[in-house]
Amino acid sequence: MIVNGMSESLQEDVMLHDLIASRGLDPSRVVAELNREIVPGEDFPKTRLQEGDRLELLQFVGGG
Amino acid sequence: MQDLMDDLFEIGGERLGSRLFTGTGKYGDDAVIPEVCAASGSEVITVALRRVDFQAAAGNVMDHIPKTMRLLPNTSGARTADEAVRIARLAKAIGCGSWIKIEVIADNNHLLPDGYATIKATETLAAEGFVVLPYVNADLYVARDLVSAGAAAVMPLGAPIGTNRGLQTREMIRILIEEIDLPIIVDAGLGRPSHACEAMEMGADAVLVNTAIATAADPVGMAKAFGEAVRAGRRGFLAGAGVQRLKADASSPLTGFLEG
Repeated sequence: MIVNGMSESLQEDVMLHDLIASRGLDPSRVVAELNREIVPGEDFPKTRLQEGDRLELLQFVGGG
Repeated sequence: MQDLMDDLFEIGGERLGSRLFTGTGKYGDDAVIPEVCAASGSEVITVALRRVDFQAAAGNVMDHIPKTMRLLPNTSGARTADEAVRIARLAKAIGCGSWIKIEVIADNNHLLPDGYATIKATETLAAEGFVVLPYVNADLYVARDLVSAGAAAVMPLGAPIGTNRGLQTREMIRILIEEIDLPIIVDAGLGRPSHACEAMEMGADAVLVNTAIATAADPVGMAKAFGEAVRAGRRGFLAGAGVQRLKADASSPLTGFLEG
């Protein structure tokens, strides 16, 4: 799958919430777009990732 | 005289006491942001949305933004109306409210906003219930279209982003203040407290300042200076300036002089 533009191999049965947590990120501060669809935060634990998915993980940064 | 304590203004149904909006970009150390917020008196603060950089050291700007601040995410990075809409929806999905500053920039040389794309994005997002604050050139026709599109305010630039050059668009902003029945928030280019003061004196409803505070030698001191300048300018506007004249007009009586 592609995460933030980078190709990654996926272990089986990875849920979105677990992938976010495994990167040391606070899921409540991350927004996820899976195959161009926004995934609501409450759906992170029940969203299963699959090979071929394109995932964008974004967060707020400093800006004007 | 009107007390500034009662001089609130309203955006998207929310009443704000401070007319200085601040940004979170370009700080040498984000840890100074809480002090900047306190010193400026600002209630509204901007943030941007970016892909998580897994290589970068941990550290999140949100750790430094006081919980009492109203977040105003921007759509920086958007080059088209569709990209701005996409970023706005993503920002809202984090759950920090529905305010959005539309910024659509396809010109990397001068970073000037695309008026047409901004109007299109505003129309879409206002219809979805966003409180839309579009960043645009100081252009009367663009501003009128933004009113029709459902914008909650109009944010004309004083000078190109990050230039600190002040109110280069002064005359066009004056026209917007006169003609547009929405809050006018001067954004971008204000480099000194005096620039912000002048914008407020002219009748702008608020100003947004980022670079001038974040890159000052003393950001906290500069935040305080901007806060005071905005209040002074607002008070000056409310007090009503006297008429300008070309010829001198004596303040003291021109009669009853001593003679020889």
